[in-house]
Amino acid sequence: MWRQAAVWFLLFTITFLSLACEPINSQESRPSIIRSIDNKGSDTIVNLALAWAESYQEIRPEVSLSVTGGGSGTGIAALINGTVDIANASRRIKSEELVEAEANGITPTEYIIARDAIAVIVNPENPVDNLTLQMISDIYSGKINNWNDVGGEDRPIIRLSRETNSGTHVYFLENVLRLGDAQSDTLFSVDTLLLPSSEGITAEIRQNPNAIGYDGLGYVTDEMKVIAVGTSLNGPFVYPSPETVNSKQYPIARDLYMYTAGEASGAIEEYIDWILSPQAQEIVNKLGFVPINP
Amino acid sequence: MKAGDFKEIVITSLIKVCGYSAIIFVGMIFVFLIKEGSPALVRVSLENFLQLRWYPIEDYFGILPLIGGSLVVTVGAAIFSIPLGLTSAVYIAEVTPRWVREILKPLVEILGGLPSVMLGFIGILVIIPALRQALNLPTGLTAFAGSLILGGMAIPTIVSVSEDALDAVPKTYREAALAMGATRWQTIWRVTLPAAKSGVLTAVMLGVGRAIGETMTVMMVTGNAAVFPTGLGSLFRPVRTMTATIAAEMGEVASGSTHYHVLFFIGIVLFLISLTVNLIAASVVFRQRKRAERILS
Repeated sequence: MWRQAAVWFLLFTITFLSLACEPINSQESRPSIIRSIDNKGSDTIVNLALAWAESYQEIRPEVSLSVTGGGSGTGIAALINGTVDIANASRRIKSEELVEAEANGITPTEYIIARDAIAVIVNPENPVDNLTLQMISDIYSGKINNWNDVGGEDRPIIRLSRETNSGTHVYFLENVLRLGDAQSDTLFSVDTLLLPSSEGITAEIRQNPNAIGYDGLGYVTDEMKVIAVGTSLNGPFVYPSPETVNSKQYPIARDLYMYTAGEASGAIEEYIDWILSPQAQEIVNKLGFVPINP
Repeated sequence: MKAGDFKEIVITSLIKVCGYSAIIFVGMIFVFLIKEGSPALVRVSLENFLQLRWYPIEDYFGILPLIGGSLVVTVGAAIFSIPLGLTSAVYIAEVTPRWVREILKPLVEILGGLPSVMLGFIGILVIIPALRQALNLPTGLTAFAGSLILGGMAIPTIVSVSEDALDAVPKTYREAALAMGATRWQTIWRVTLPAAKSGVLTAVMLGVGRAIGETMTVMMVTGNAAVFPTGLGSLFRPVRTMTATIAAEMGEVASGSTHYHVLFFIGIVLFLISLTVNLIAASVVFRQRKRAERILS
């Protein structure tokens, strides 16, 4: 009986070992061809990143890409914690984030992957067509509280903004509210509604003639009215479009970034190279963003 | 030792572990909250905490508007849901025939199972525009919208639990009251409801507790503007609640930063508020029971 048990044990061990060894062997023979890239961050970029991932899948089916949103801060935090390969950001990495990344042994590398214009949007019933940057700043900081004061009807102004973890929020604060003045400490008016998603803003703009909001050009639909923005009262007032953004006529435009941990290499490098190619930049155009080298 | 004894010991100790684990978990959560939240008290000055502006990316950490926002929404939800919930419970338990109750109660409980994010969507697309037009407000994204939806979410809990309590009141109480010549209304108001008081109070606590802890719906419909509520009018203006603040900002903060600790500190405040509410309710129930026992003895 003991002998029988020993034979069974031996058989079992051999089978187990041979099964356990196989994956290791096969992995050695095919080095890093299968690669998955985790890509997370800005909600502004998420649709673009998804479109890129889909077309890249057609060219390179062996690379699996996962794309999630959550906001620029979320993506960069994930990069610092080492949980994603590429962080999408609609703003530059902050210096304190850089310090934290260094503390975790990560040196973020920056790539400009597209440009974006931020459209100021109102309800189609609102008769206001043009606003200067100064007026938009005054509206959002609470100095102007009635549409009357900017040439509209006698209605209260309801200010809509993205949450503070949105890159669009930070960009708007620095470049519109503070007009690019780093010394300025102008803040959003306390009663600014901070909505957690682009959808929240568009839903309110669609039905409320009092509201003013801002969002990426890629998110603007026909159901809302885009304001022409000027730098002075005498104009010219410019509508956001790929042409006006590239010619630098439209004043509220920004670069969009991807960050990798250290210099990109292997599959990640190939992916980013492809993103910067004219073929991928064509997709940028289709989604209402602005390609980097048109 | 017999096998039966051994089984007995294993089972009793298992049950004991399960019983204690609830206490241990609450204790561990509290310790974790304190550990992550208390550094905020050191890093942020008291004046900073007690100011009226919440703008964490520029180090403005005034938490009073957030506490106020949560209170306004919760009180609004309570005002709206307690009378409605209790009257429906009384109707289902005392007035309708038995077969209607068998239909109504499951329906109410299904209502309680609706996912909150779905209610939030209904809120954004239907209630917000309707509210703005009906009340002629600048925007429909207000504390009132949050109260309405949260109240709606609390009602099933209140109805279901307090109906059970009313149903548990012995039939003899009602029969005695009716025999003494009390009308149906007098029986309900003076006999059945007071007899079921502790169960009804638990129902209200559970319902309101759901309202104060609810996050998703509130974040979607209250507008999230951190304005300190100053009066009754604040119910019809946007507010920012503690739960929505934690949910909206926790994903973004770098762990270990001041902002991160302050968010945990808000968690402590939230925890203390619901603890106080529960303690008050428990002591009321306790006092009530002692008096009832005195009368009966």
